[in-house]
Amino acid sequence: MDTFVQQLINGLNIGAIYALIALGYTMVYGILRLINFAHGDVYMVGAFAGYYIALNLGLSAGPSLFGLFIVLVGSMMIAAIVGMVIERFAYRPVRKYSRMTTLIMAIGVSLLIENLFVARIGAAPRAFPDFLGSQSQQPIQLFGNAAISKAQIIIFMVSIALMLVLQYIVFKTKVGTAMRAVSFNLNSAKLMGINTDAIISLTFAIGSALAAAAGVLTAQYNPNIDPLMGILTGLKAFVAAVLGGIGNIPGAVLGGLLIGAAETLVVGYGAHVGIASTYRDAVAFAILILVLLLRPSGLLGSTVQEKV
Amino acid sequence: MPTFIKRILALVVAVVVLVALNAYMSRGGLFGFGVPYYYVEIINLTGISIILAVSLNLITGFTGQFSIGHAGFMAVGAYSSVFLTVYYSESAEQWLTGIVGATLAQSLVFLVVILFGALVAAVAGLVVGIPSLRLRGDYLAIVTLGFAEIIRIIILNIDAVGGATGFRGRVPPWDGRLLIPAYANFIWIGGFAIITIVVVHNIVKSDIGRALISIREDELAAEAMGVNTTRYKVLAFVISSAFAGIAGALFGHFRQFLHTNDFQFIRSIEIIIMIVLGGMGSIAGSVLGAIVITILPETLRKLPGDLYSYRLVIYSALLILIMLTRPQGVMGAREFGLSWLKRAQKRPEGDKPIDEKGVPIAQQTTVEKPKEI
Repeated sequence: MDTFVQQLINGLNIGAIYALIALGYTMVYGILRLINFAHGDVYMVGAFAGYYIALNLGLSAGPSLFGLFIVLVGSMMIAAIVGMVIERFAYRPVRKYSRMTTLIMAIGVSLLIENLFVARIGAAPRAFPDFLGSQSQQPIQLFGNAAISKAQIIIFMVSIALMLVLQYIVFKTKVGTAMRAVSFNLNSAKLMGINTDAIISLTFAIGSALAAAAGVLTAQYNPNIDPLMGILTGLKAFVAAVLGGIGNIPGAVLGGLLIGAAETLVVGYGAHVGIASTYRDAVAFAILILVLLLRPSGLLGSTVQEKV
Repeated sequence: MPTFIKRILALVVAVVVLVALNAYMSRGGLFGFGVPYYYVEIINLTGISIILAVSLNLITGFTGQFSIGHAGFMAVGAYSSVFLTVYYSESAEQWLTGIVGATLAQSLVFLVVILFGALVAAVAGLVVGIPSLRLRGDYLAIVTLGFAEIIRIIILNIDAVGGATGFRGRVPPWDGRLLIPAYANFIWIGGFAIITIVVVHNIVKSDIGRALISIREDELAAEAMGVNTTRYKVLAFVISSAFAGIAGALFGHFRQFLHTNDFQFIRSIEIIIMIVLGGMGSIAGSVLGAIVITILPETLRKLPGDLYSYRLVIYSALLILIMLTRPQGVMGAREFGLSWLKRAQKRPEGDKPIDEKGVPIAQQTTVEKPKEI
């Protein structure tokens, strides 16, 4: 039982990270019907932005919550700009073309970011500064042998806070209403006087900022960051978004948490039912396939009637 | 000239050219002329890319079903065929050598091995295709991606094919060949590339092809016209997978080393880039795309000094640039053939290619779908 609780805590922690990234996928898909393959790389850029901010401000000296806050906000701002630049110069010019073209464009941007980072700083992992001292501090004991580390608590708190902020922006503000209108129908929204280009740009900024937050938070958990860290994490986060019903914000969070938990549980308990822990990376995809075959629009997605 | 004789002639020419090129690229060279092994490798890998791109074009370009899992089927073909070679081919080859001689025995065994790879990949295509082809668009794409990743991870966990260390030959305690034999050469690879092009071309021009294209243009309308869309989609998927399996088998016996890292998600993406670059729905475009995408990164290796480390950056920047300037691909939906030269003179409407009735092809095939409301 203790180990189960422990696995669940670890799993939900990874899941919270996936959820933060999945939100960016789902928001962009909801508005542009575009699988933004470069989103995983924005997550990587966010982690590196945090790394360089900490390095240049000398924040890596000691563990401090204030340092983490500065790094988190700074990297979110940088990633938001990166996201807006990507949208403006890569996606907007091809928006009118077929879905395949925009998809290849997304892949091209993703490859460009990865290769640029590899060429500039090399593929070797860097050590992200440990702001929470989680490597040295004892984790907090819950009941029995289950424990939760300080980094995990912070990850939970920050992700929940960011999700609440997003929820507020999307459902309570004027900009959020415009975002929902654009995702409902881009052309009608334009006719209603909404500046759709600005709204799309903003959506990329918000999604990228969330991904950057995920990047910095992951680095508190696993301090090795490298230019290719976004590929698999990005894919799994996208799977999480599809799992919850793509275009659906609560769905992305649900999908992320489910995939994180399932992954950790397979590593912990798979051996008992004959699934080796090396199947960890296949779990997300297996769940996705099952869900899509039984419920093609995802867990919380609504079925769209096809028009002739 | 009767068509039959024409075809025989074409076959003879193709075989002669393949044999001559293969001799040219062999260690001894042809009449004292040869090419360095580095180029031989690139040319052969280009041939394999052509098989992959043209076969993917059948399902993605002509049927309009977006698949990002082609590398998975390639992996299935590669691993199953090499498995057969390593563990079962030796005795078969010895037995056949006694009857038909060493060279022919080797060729026959390799042919069986390739067909086995194609068969296993086709079965995998059927298993993946039947459930997933109910889905459409991005959902289909992501499910094929998922299946390809699962296939890769399953292979990674099979000890008999080397698992994470890669597959070079027999894995103790199993008994078999020490190394994967270098069966594949340019005759095989080039030959199968030609076969792939001819088969896909003939499928597209046949009534099956019309059904496939009708599914691409409007699935609902095709169904209403009595096209059994599920059946045709699965058929195209299975054929496409089988050719990916062949490409995998050739790849395995050419490289003589297999690792699951060669069949990652990025590999499938590379194949998609080939067909999009060349122009979806154009076989000639796929061939062109395969050649460019395979050779370009190697050419960029020749960049001087500092630029060398930026070759992959330049590669991806070029990709973005091409998408910005010519999103329909280099060839669009056009084909390249001998008829190009003939047709050029009697085109009534500028340089637009036309069909037999004089209707511009561009107007028929690139129907812009209205945005979903």
